[in-house]
Amino acid sequence: MRTLLGRWLLTAVPLVFCVTALTFVLTSLVPGDAARSILGISATPEQVSALNNQLGLDRSMPAQYGRWLLDAVRGDLGTSITSGVPVSQELAERIGVTLSLILGALVVATVIGVGLGVYSAVRGGWSARAVDVISLLGLAVPTFWLGLVLLTIFAVRWQVFPATGYTAFGDSPVQWFESLVLPVVTLGLAGSAPVAKQTRSGVLSELGRDYVPALRSRGITERSILLRHVLRNAGGPIVTVLGLMVIGLLGGTVLAETVFVMPGLGSLAVTATSSHDIPTIQGVALVFTIVVLLVNLAIEMLHAWLNPKVRS
Amino acid sequence: MTRTTPTAAATPVAIGVPVAHRGFCRRLLRKPLAVVALGYLIAIVVVTVLAGWIAPHGSDDQDLAQALTGPSRAHLMGAGELGRDVLSRLLFGGRVTLLGEVISVGVFAVVGIPAGMIAGYRGGWFDRVVLRVADLVYAVPVVIILLVVLAVFPNDETIAMVALGVLGAPSLARVVRSATQDIRDELYVRAAVVAGLSDAVILRRHVLPRLAGPIIVQLSLFGAAAVGLETGLGFLGLGVTQATWGTMVAEASRNLGEQPWLLIPSGFVIITFVLALGLLGDGVRDASAERFEPGRPARRPILRSIAPQRLLQVSTDNSPGAQDELLSVSGLSVTFAIDGVDTEVVHDVSFTLRRGQALGIVGESGCGCGKSVTARALIGLLAPGGEVTAGRVVFDGIDVTAADRATMRGVRGRRIGLISQDPVSGLDPSFTVGQQISEVVRRHRGCSQQEARRRAVELLQMVSLPDPTAVSKTYPHQLSGGMAQRVGIAAALAGDPDLVVADEPTTALDVTVQAEILDLLRTLQESGVAIILVTHDWGVLADLCDRALVVYAGQIVEQATPTTLVAAPGHPYTKGLLRSNPRFGVPGRPLVSIDGVVPAPGEWPAGCHFQDRCPLVTRQCRVGPVPLFALARDPGAAGDDRGEHGVRCVLVDHSVSGGARV
Repeated sequence: MRTLLGRWLLTAVPLVFCVTALTFVLTSLVPGDAARSILGISATPEQVSALNNQLGLDRSMPAQYGRWLLDAVRGDLGTSITSGVPVSQELAERIGVTLSLILGALVVATVIGVGLGVYSAVRGGWSARAVDVISLLGLAVPTFWLGLVLLTIFAVRWQVFPATGYTAFGDSPVQWFESLVLPVVTLGLAGSAPVAKQTRSGVLSELGRDYVPALRSRGITERSILLRHVLRNAGGPIVTVLGLMVIGLLGGTVLAETVFVMPGLGSLAVTATSSHDIPTIQGVALVFTIVVLLVNLAIEMLHAWLNPKVRS
Repeated sequence: MTRTTPTAAATPVAIGVPVAHRGFCRRLLRKPLAVVALGYLIAIVVVTVLAGWIAPHGSDDQDLAQALTGPSRAHLMGAGELGRDVLSRLLFGGRVTLLGEVISVGVFAVVGIPAGMIAGYRGGWFDRVVLRVADLVYAVPVVIILLVVLAVFPNDETIAMVALGVLGAPSLARVVRSATQDIRDELYVRAAVVAGLSDAVILRRHVLPRLAGPIIVQLSLFGAAAVGLETGLGFLGLGVTQATWGTMVAEASRNLGEQPWLLIPSGFVIITFVLALGLLGDGVRDASAERFEPGRPARRPILRSIAPQRLLQVSTDNSPGAQDELLSVSGLSVTFAIDGVDTEVVHDVSFTLRRGQALGIVGESGCGCGKSVTARALIGLLAPGGEVTAGRVVFDGIDVTAADRATMRGVRGRRIGLISQDPVSGLDPSFTVGQQISEVVRRHRGCSQQEARRRAVELLQMVSLPDPTAVSKTYPHQLSGGMAQRVGIAAALAGDPDLVVADEPTTALDVTVQAEILDLLRTLQESGVAIILVTHDWGVLADLCDRALVVYAGQIVEQATPTTLVAAPGHPYTKGLLRSNPRFGVPGRPLVSIDGVVPAPGEWPAGCHFQDRCPLVTRQCRVGPVPLFALARDPGAAGDDRGEHGVRCVLVDHSVSGGARV
């Protein structure tokens, strides 16, 4: 466990530095003068340099980055240029929406992907081809388009689910659930394709291993062989694919939250981008990176749980 | 990837691209889906490039009367906001997407391919850096970085696409690196090095062509993802502001209530474009895989035991000793699909086994003589592709060859236990020894978890494992071979079976451990369990078994007590086996091995299967199938009617008077 955490930190720390430094370098390339664009054209050069001094923009880039980093560690990610609200406060208010979406999509993708993968591995025939077709479609159909189609059918035509918006769990659990169904299904369907593919090939190769006939010779049922033994042994790579999928879902939430007008981090990132709200977009990038790293840690821990050789 | 084989090393090799590379395009063109996909992609590129000439309307021409209408003669794919023609906007908009595609895929390739090739060819620090960067980039949320870029450079899609290519490149570098490593050591590359070509030339002329397959696959996958991202950015309004496939989806989303049709044309063109890229990638992957592994075996159904042949009524045998009879095998033949051809591997095997008896099946080790297949047919667990084609196996009144799966599950483990040759691979690596044995105990006894755990430890103690409680908590990879085999035996005994089939249980173990495992089997037999022991070891056979079958090329060639076999072998093959066995060797005299090898199934000669290796072969041996002749009653036999000494050899027929067919 300790080595696992150590190895994780070995990737996590450099990655946080890399991503934050990258965003920082990028944002320092902003054409024009930030202070001037805040103050307007009528500002005097003295006012501009005063604000530059106040924002720390007159210092060297490493110094600015160091200061940003120190503030970030204290939880201060600056203030949104457009709304004037502290970035950390805005992030805290919105992260629940995005995490609900991701967790929901993870569940949907796991159930569909693993179910279809196992079924097609055992049955072959049409279901195997179905997995091929679905994985191709999963690659080809853009998340936002799929979301719009589901929205047209289930919200505009049949009005089964609300078209847009988000209800907090605390306000009404039922409405919370209903508001999540369409975006979660959209993201989950897109994510299930690679999971199904990996599950099928993993289960097929595990079924060819010697312990399978050995278990059969001991009278263990096919059901237990498949679900208890084979699936567990095929689990490592499936978990890896699920982890990569979650990382991809972060990008997906940006689109899904826009389609379904949900007040999450993704839609925040989009508005921040179009309004050049640099502190906010930096904050979102930091949070997303941390989420990715936590997902990676979860993958490592699941691997250790699944594979006794990793544990010892 | 192929590695240099010894035969390849023996032939002179021309310096240059291997022949295998040629014909790749031909193979690709034989894949109809890939050809259609390629054609479609080319068509899309052509019509978007020619948009200025072929589009029926301008990109921004307005036709307010027709705003938000479906397909009509004036607007073949309908009209959007302000009555702008959908088809024309798709054609003009495609330019933006395709340009973005060219930029991102170009950067992806230009950064990724050289980095991967140098890392794979040179190794060293550069290799480590590439791997490390690839690891890091795997965890970067790409979309967010693109948003940061677009926040800094508003609506500048060129820079966004360059950034996308850069972010994707490390994963391409990783793939190229490992493919290069495979090629680096091949003979023609080494020959080029010896010939004094520079690294740059070698990489460009000799390595790069071989990498074409994997690279094109990666390019098409990345291209597919890039289209998704580019249109996504357009949809979000963060890309260029003119008409693009992405902004057209956004336009549709604004008018879902009035004209949902607008979703269809833009969605269709995005999906089919990406689909074509994916199919092209699949086609290239398959075409480049074929060149390295010709004639891939067809996939076989996996979850398949023996198919029930015919539902035979189990006859009641009134012959003496029938009450005692536990297992009766009669006329058993097994075929396997080898390279798609059904090939017989076991032919007409018959024997019986009484309760508590130990039967040995002996033959050359590792040969295709059918020992293991026979053993596995007894519990209805042939490997995929195997099938019982004749005869039947009756175990205690149950016809194993005709029983359904539920019946067989009640037999396997509960009535017949199997001990396999490789003890470690027979255990599931993910569960502790205790968990695996107690699962079997619970399956057959239906007891509580704790009771099963307790019993599992008891079983481990029974097979003489020191500290069974500790062993029950270990995982298979922590066991030595001998310990694993004891665990395998414990698992086979967990259901309290009446018969244990041991398939070369000591082959993978060292000599002292072998003796201990055999002691264990002997104890088992003394407690009344019948044993079938597959072995190539005469000592083991003589030690443990009441009767023995000598098998050769799918047939029983001799059957008798081990004592008789050793003292008075009847078949030339048995004699040969004994002569080549160190156990019966005479000091100072060299051991004589049998010339030649066992013929593979499907290549058995007509007549006696042993004829090609037999020192005493006569013309009569080649005439037709040789029956099993009974010699005088075997003095070592316990007295039932099957106890005689049988030999499948024409010489026996002539040389021994009173020889009769068994």
